[in-house]
Amino acid sequence: MSGLASESVSASTPAVRHRLAERGIDPQLFLLVPATVFVVALFIYPFCYGIAVSLQPAQGGALAAYRAFFTDAYQRDTITTTLAIALPAALFNVFAAVPIAYRMRGRFRGKRLLTTVLVVPITLGTVLTAEGLLNFLGPTGWFNRILLSTHLVDQPVTLTHNYWGVCLSLVITGFPFAFLLVLSYLSGIDPTLERAAATLGAGWAQRFFRITLPLLAPGLATTFCLTFVLAFSVFPSAILVGDPTGGTRVISIAAYEAAYVRYDYAAASATAIVMGAVELVVISIVLGLRSLFYTGSTAGGKG
Amino acid sequence: MRGRIVASPGAWLVWGLVAIFFAGLAGVIGSVVVNSFGVRWFDTWLPESYTTQWYGQAWTDFTLLPVLTVTLVVCLLVAGISVLVGVPAAYVLARRKFPGSRLVYLLFLLPILMPPITYGIPLATVLYKYGFAGHLSGVVLANLVPSVPFVILTMTPFIEQIDPSIERAARMCGARTRHVFTSVLAPLLVPGILAASILVVVRTVGMFELTFLTAGPDSQTLVVALFYSMSAAGIRAQQSVDAMAVIYCVMMLVLLVVALRFVNPTQLVARVKEDPE
Amino acid sequence: MTGFETLRLDGVTRRFGGADALAGLDLEIRRGEFIALLGPSGCGKSTALNCLAGLLPLSGGSIWRDGTRLDTLPPERRGFGMVFQNYALFPHMSVRKNVSFGLRMRGLPRAEIRRRTDDAIRLVHLEEHAGKLPGQLSGGQQQRVAIARAVVVEPSLVLMDEPLSNLDAKLRLEMRTEIRRLHQNLGLTTVYVTHDQEEALSMADRLVVLRAGRVQQIGSPEEVHTRPANRHVADFLGFRNLLPGALLADGEININDLGVRTKGTPVGPISDGDAIVAAIRPEDVLVRSGGVEVTVEVAAYHGREIAAEARTADGLHLHLRTSQRLAPGDKVSVVLPPDRLLVFPA
Repeated sequence: MSGLASESVSASTPAVRHRLAERGIDPQLFLLVPATVFVVALFIYPFCYGIAVSLQPAQGGALAAYRAFFTDAYQRDTITTTLAIALPAALFNVFAAVPIAYRMRGRFRGKRLLTTVLVVPITLGTVLTAEGLLNFLGPTGWFNRILLSTHLVDQPVTLTHNYWGVCLSLVITGFPFAFLLVLSYLSGIDPTLERAAATLGAGWAQRFFRITLPLLAPGLATTFCLTFVLAFSVFPSAILVGDPTGGTRVISIAAYEAAYVRYDYAAASATAIVMGAVELVVISIVLGLRSLFYTGSTAGGKG
Repeated sequence: MRGRIVASPGAWLVWGLVAIFFAGLAGVIGSVVVNSFGVRWFDTWLPESYTTQWYGQAWTDFTLLPVLTVTLVVCLLVAGISVLVGVPAAYVLARRKFPGSRLVYLLFLLPILMPPITYGIPLATVLYKYGFAGHLSGVVLANLVPSVPFVILTMTPFIEQIDPSIERAARMCGARTRHVFTSVLAPLLVPGILAASILVVVRTVGMFELTFLTAGPDSQTLVVALFYSMSAAGIRAQQSVDAMAVIYCVMMLVLLVVALRFVNPTQLVARVKEDPE
Repeated sequence: MTGFETLRLDGVTRRFGGADALAGLDLEIRRGEFIALLGPSGCGKSTALNCLAGLLPLSGGSIWRDGTRLDTLPPERRGFGMVFQNYALFPHMSVRKNVSFGLRMRGLPRAEIRRRTDDAIRLVHLEEHAGKLPGQLSGGQQQRVAIARAVVVEPSLVLMDEPLSNLDAKLRLEMRTEIRRLHQNLGLTTVYVTHDQEEALSMADRLVVLRAGRVQQIGSPEEVHTRPANRHVADFLGFRNLLPGALLADGEININDLGVRTKGTPVGPISDGDAIVAAIRPEDVLVRSGGVEVTVEVAAYHGREIAAEARTADGLHLHLRTSQRLAPGDKVSVVLPPDRLLVFPA
């Protein structure tokens, strides 16, 4: 009988393993461990730590840091300032990208060159763009020089150290980003769908608004989200080409000041958390709208 | 179909907008480049005369050699570690469905979706607490946060498009798991890994916020040094700041040219399925 | 859309980067005809269809519907229906919305749209699936939606681009009959592109065989099947035995390595002494005494028949089909009947 007992023991181990394997759990999953540990240790843990710090200010109750943020208009208004910069910039980038990408979705000579040139401002990043904008759009820069010498204006236009400077820097880095994304979403839509619509009597506008745009809409929502994240975290350009104590005092400047000027880590963490929360609200609204659209495959059928 | 042959008003408008954008871009970059070579440039179209002295001055004033070394070391470390950590995870996510796989995917997506400042400040606080911040190690750790997920998200579709029956065929030929990885998968993965690590390098050189929040005086990368020199305007000549900007610009463009040998421009932006044609 | 009496293609030409994808296609399509464009891949048959639909501009030639010139019109104004190879169903619209799309584009009254959409969906037996999205349907069902969407607008011409190539073998046979029945019941005029010779022979009233952008032969299925115009058409239509040789005097031919002289039916201009290619289908090669001695090398079971590959003493390979049970190694005698052995110029 001892033989039977030992057999049942040895049989149970493979059985458990077998059952786990059937649900997709087996030793291969250990390959996930290093990456997960990394993200948990360097992203999730600091985030929770930040929340904890924000709830333990030097004085006042647990929510004192948040209360301080929301009662001080100087801090609170950074939310509207940030949204006032980020939303229009992101919307402009996405909606300017659609007609241009729609026209360029086919293959033509120099397309690769065009997309390559468009990648340049993304690669250069906001700091260099800010430096260039200061030179180019400044009172004695080429841009004002052209306007003055063509007598379009009498006085140099002020486009730096204010709202417009930040917006322009966001367009220069954000538009190519949005354009390339929209372009790749557009090329993912099966071109025979538009042809099929054409053989059924749909004209140019009907093809665009009834076939292409509905299929593109989820992609546009995603593009908007990613462009918005870029614009929302505007930091270097708000300081360099903006007016960091007034018109473009965005929320990331408030968080930075709290942490590195006032050394008030509770306030800094609270501001960062508020920033994340506002951003997530905007994104979830957009993604909520996105789920109203058709989001499946954009191929025309089998094959 | 037919309208494209004759340029319509819409086409003129579109190309006009593109032309304006490129003119602006050329102006932005051009004015930096011209200024970095100019002797004096105040109220004229172009500087009075040209010199290269600002480059030498920038090199010594901003101690660019150590800055460049730091930038290089940080990039290589970040790219290497994120590939080592990210590729195995990408393999599992591409090949396996298991309970919670969507949750794990979301976990890797979050650091890319959040603005760096949001998690950068708490992260910097934690790194200071454990004594990493202010050193090279802190900069590397902070930059790994978006890079590891980035490698995972670029490699997952790459691995998905490798036919799994190739691995099965290798097993049927008698290869053990280790051999499947080393002699079948690894060679197939090399182009993807190369592309992913170059993209990580490009992003790390340009990553301002995280490095800015965690770097100490001797662990600044080029972009952070550039920011400091710009925000401290007036101390140094504007031209020498511009000279540094041009050095940064050239470095980025060289990287870009290298990157574009391996990847499509669109891939630099995001992971989206490419034109099947 | 109004019907037509004839649709005429006049030297329709399409070039891609200097190469002729389609060179001077002349064709007259009469009302109610079912025409198949047949040829191997890359022969220009899909190019021809896209030119006809207006999806590709012509490089030369013209298309006329009765007295009106069509090739300058955009596709949406030609009033044709088209079934695409991958079906091209709008993935974000239900079956009903897909089918009614063309009617809505024509701005018809709502009641009529409803009635005709219902009729079309009933026609293809998809009543139960009318509210589903294309992604929820099987390949065969998607195929039927594509057909309903093309015919619901009562087009003067239906274009079909290899519509059955994505279906499995059994479904393909069913859909063949289905398409042919729709064609007859609705009195449609159809141009059908395929690379499958059996499909073309069984469905079409007239075949247009294309090769490398040029028309090789236009004719009824029977004409094309029994009298291919040249060796390429013969090759494409199942003449597996293409045997090089030479024409001798008195209509006799000498096939290399066959061992005996034989007679054939000449097709095209050949004179004595010319190099020729003699073509015969495997099923026309008779296993009968008094012919050429061959050795069976491979025998494959095909139900009632055996498909075999055999070799003459001099090494000439012959494909044959016979109801006799052959096995590898058997020595049999085969006869090539002169009326089935077509002789083409080499």
